[in-house]
Amino acid sequence: MSEVEYDTQGVVKKFMYVNRKAPYGTIYALEVLEAVLISAAFEQHACIVFIDDGVYQIKKGQDTTAVNMKNFSKTYGIIEMEKEDADEDEDMDMVWRIIVEKESMEARGLTAEDFVVDVEVIASDELAQIMSEQEVVISG
Amino acid sequence: MIHTVNKSPFERNSLDSCLRLSLKGSPILLIEDGVYAATGGTSVSDKVADAAKNHPMFVLGADLQARGIPEDKILDGITVVDYGGFVDLVVEHGTVHSWL
Amino acid sequence: MKFGIQVNEGPFTHQASDSAYLFAKAAIEKGHQVMRVFFYYDGVNNANKLSAPQSDDRNLVKLWGEMAKEHNVDLVVCVAAALRRGIVEDNLAEGFRISGLGQLTEVGMAADRMVVFGD
Repeated sequence: MSEVEYDTQGVVKKFMYVNRKAPYGTIYALEVLEAVLISAAFEQHACIVFIDDGVYQIKKGQDTTAVNMKNFSKTYGIIEMEKEDADEDEDMDMVWRIIVEKESMEARGLTAEDFVVDVEVIASDELAQIMSEQEVVISG
Repeated sequence: MIHTVNKSPFERNSLDSCLRLSLKGSPILLIEDGVYAATGGTSVSDKVADAAKNHPMFVLGADLQARGIPEDKILDGITVVDYGGFVDLVVEHGTVHSWL
Repeated sequence: MKFGIQVNEGPFTHQASDSAYLFAKAAIEKGHQVMRVFFYYDGVNNANKLSAPQSDDRNLVKLWGEMAKEHNVDLVVCVAAALRRGIVEDNLAEGFRISGLGQLTEVGMAADRMVVFGD
């Protein structure tokens, strides 16, 4: 069937990608990551949020050799690069944020130092406000 | 924003996370296995009844019926809607946050 | 209003596809437009024409295909997710097309409302 395209000229929305599941036990972590990376080309705003077991997705030290699965934790570094490129490019109106919920992180005995990317650690009250401002929520 | 929760509160923490991260006054719709949270007489009923004081709460009738939950078992403050009502809620309240 | 829908799970194992279908149907009945349904993760299995449920049960693959035809709904199966799960042109059900993940971002931008159904 032929491609269907929509006119999205000039549209800039606030997307939020919600990660609540641990990596490897299910595929959701990897496939949300792929969706985030593809979305960079569309220059939309994005909050990539890690809540509940989702915080484990970006934990350092993953070694998947013995489980015979692809270790995609390094790929989160590309999100960080896209964010930095967007921040540095004055002509680009694209704001990306990588956010970890403070309560989820602490409940799991983690700190910001445990993650493979730099994150904003935000408490639930403030995060609830940020979430309420998003226009498109992709739940993984 | 409107929140949907589709998992039982006894199976998964989705409802808890939704309640923690949704602004007061934002509507919550329970669908699929999430409808079990809407019933009285359970270990979470008090928590959900409290939530219903801070959020307009709704439950999908089709999913209640499928699971044999009569509407008179639904907690006060939770409104039963059909799929048409689900659509209307989304139209009215904007962005949907599906808590899976 | 214009709706975009994402379906994260295949037919039968989870209720997601049923819920999405019934939501889409209700939206159309109310006069709204369902622009695109994007099938991701195991949701790509909704496009497998080899699905053969029991004859007294609903056939989600066919139901989606009929909705596409009658109401001009664009059913898109993510190519990367599809390849992983063995959904290719040869077993692609009527009404579906295989395309890239960008189609998800695009419908998020174009639609007035985006709803995700999953596990």
